[in-house]
Amino acid sequence: MIEGFVALYIFMLAAFTGYEVISKVPVILHTPLMSGSNFIHGIVLVGAMIALGHAQNGVEQFVGFVGVLLAASNVVGGYVVTERMLGMFKPRDKGDK
Amino acid sequence: MAYAIQAVYFVAAVLFIYGLKQMSSPRTARRGIVWAGVGMFMAVVVTFFHPGLHGVGNYVLMFVAIAIGGGLALVTGKRVAMTDMPQMIALYNGMGGGAAAAIAALELIRHAPMTLTVQIIAVLGALIGTVAFSGSLIAFAKLQGLQRKAVRYPRQQVVNMAVFAVSVALGVVVAFSGAGYSDAVLVFFFFLALAAGVMMTLPIGGADMPVVISLFNALTGLAVGFEGFVLGNPAMMIAGIVVGAAGTLLTQLMARAMNRSLAKVLFSDFGGAAAQETGGSAEGHLKPIEANDAGAMLAYADKVIIVPGYGMAVAQAQHKIWELAELLAERGVTVKFAIHPVAGRMPGHMNVLLAEAGVPYDMILDLDEINNEFVSADVALVIGANDVTNPAARTNPDSPIYGMPILNVDKAKNVIVIKRGQGTGFSGVENPLFYADNTRMLYGDGQRVAGELIQAVKSM
Repeated sequence: MIEGFVALYIFMLAAFTGYEVISKVPVILHTPLMSGSNFIHGIVLVGAMIALGHAQNGVEQFVGFVGVLLAASNVVGGYVVTERMLGMFKPRDKGDK
Repeated sequence: MAYAIQAVYFVAAVLFIYGLKQMSSPRTARRGIVWAGVGMFMAVVVTFFHPGLHGVGNYVLMFVAIAIGGGLALVTGKRVAMTDMPQMIALYNGMGGGAAAAIAALELIRHAPMTLTVQIIAVLGALIGTVAFSGSLIAFAKLQGLQRKAVRYPRQQVVNMAVFAVSVALGVVVAFSGAGYSDAVLVFFFFLALAAGVMMTLPIGGADMPVVISLFNALTGLAVGFEGFVLGNPAMMIAGIVVGAAGTLLTQLMARAMNRSLAKVLFSDFGGAAAQETGGSAEGHLKPIEANDAGAMLAYADKVIIVPGYGMAVAQAQHKIWELAELLAERGVTVKFAIHPVAGRMPGHMNVLLAEAGVPYDMILDLDEINNEFVSADVALVIGANDVTNPAARTNPDSPIYGMPILNVDKAKNVIVIKRGQGTGFSGVENPLFYADNTRMLYGDGQRVAGELIQAVKSM
């Protein structure tokens, strides 16, 4: 378990990191980047799996199942869509089509 | 085993941040998503061995859920047209928010003993995740055309605020009652949070949708980070908060590009009745032009700036437009593409489409880079863009888009506007550019018109 102030430090540093990492992004990458960050919060799948793995009864299993289902589509959909978009970026002179 | 799992989570967190960093430059962006993908795959695989997971049934459910959810997303994600990307991002984002809410729901229906801090964070994550979930679904429905009109009624903001306030109040009850809250209160809390997400998104006009999707993306990140704290999972905390912060910045950048505060986006009636009343003041008449004449103007110009908008996306005209641009470039015409930050349905939407057509990204310029160049352009070719070229944003304080930075298309010597028909744009605001003396209207479907222009230029 991560205790109070340690968690606070993690939150603080992660927030600055997110802010800094994205601050130099050119406009042309805004949509792919939003999509990419959308993929990254798909890490919720890990949490959903852990939650489902602890389920004790039918109700908990149902809620956990829905959670994993939703999280899995977040991960896979986010990756596929981002990868497709970024696959189209190519510099000039590097072959025509 | 626990150490190994924590080590993998750590590596995954590093890869997420590294991937995000790489994604911020066009040269390395592709590698960025792959690295983040590697991190995700590792994190998911080791989670199967997480200590404390039990029950064959639970494992089976896990595999089935991943297979169904992942499979559906794989198929839809591969099939979706580039033009429909924004709503797919909204949809997948909503799924993530829903998952975060589900984790919170599971922890809460179990009435597991938590410290007060943990319980507050769990409830907060549940609220944010649920709102992001139902709100994103409405955003998806709007962009997909399932729900076309913004729903508005008198005192709507008051009603919305009331619903939200009650859900917050119920959340407070749950958070502060230890394990003593009743399940009915919990269910009611989630139900009202769902309703709040729907109700706050329904009245928002389509033109503001990019900002809203970005906001929900940030909210989902935040919810994921909070539930990561509840589960004591640092990978979730870091990834979630990084996305929450990055998404918040992105949302601000977008709102600023439209000269709208976030509060205005969420709580005003932009693009609705108010816009039509004040917008109908354009004077003069529309002057149509034929494709042949337009082609001649382009072919004998020294410099042409192409301004694409959502109309190009709808007509799938990006390939034809690039063909036209290449043709003009062969004749010695300087061709540039000018992209407004919020052209289309999302920032960067147009860049993605042009990249798909094969336009090199160094030919594509931002608002700031290109705006001084319109004066020296012989022709500005506007295809399916409207509000982002509207000079009323500079001149008419009564216009709902007054103050929004626009592309100074009207400063070009000639303007050709390709447009499907008469009428106002997505936001319902009249555009005086179309009535200007140096503007000619070229009516028709973007792709067909672009084809005609190609023929016209070839025949010169």
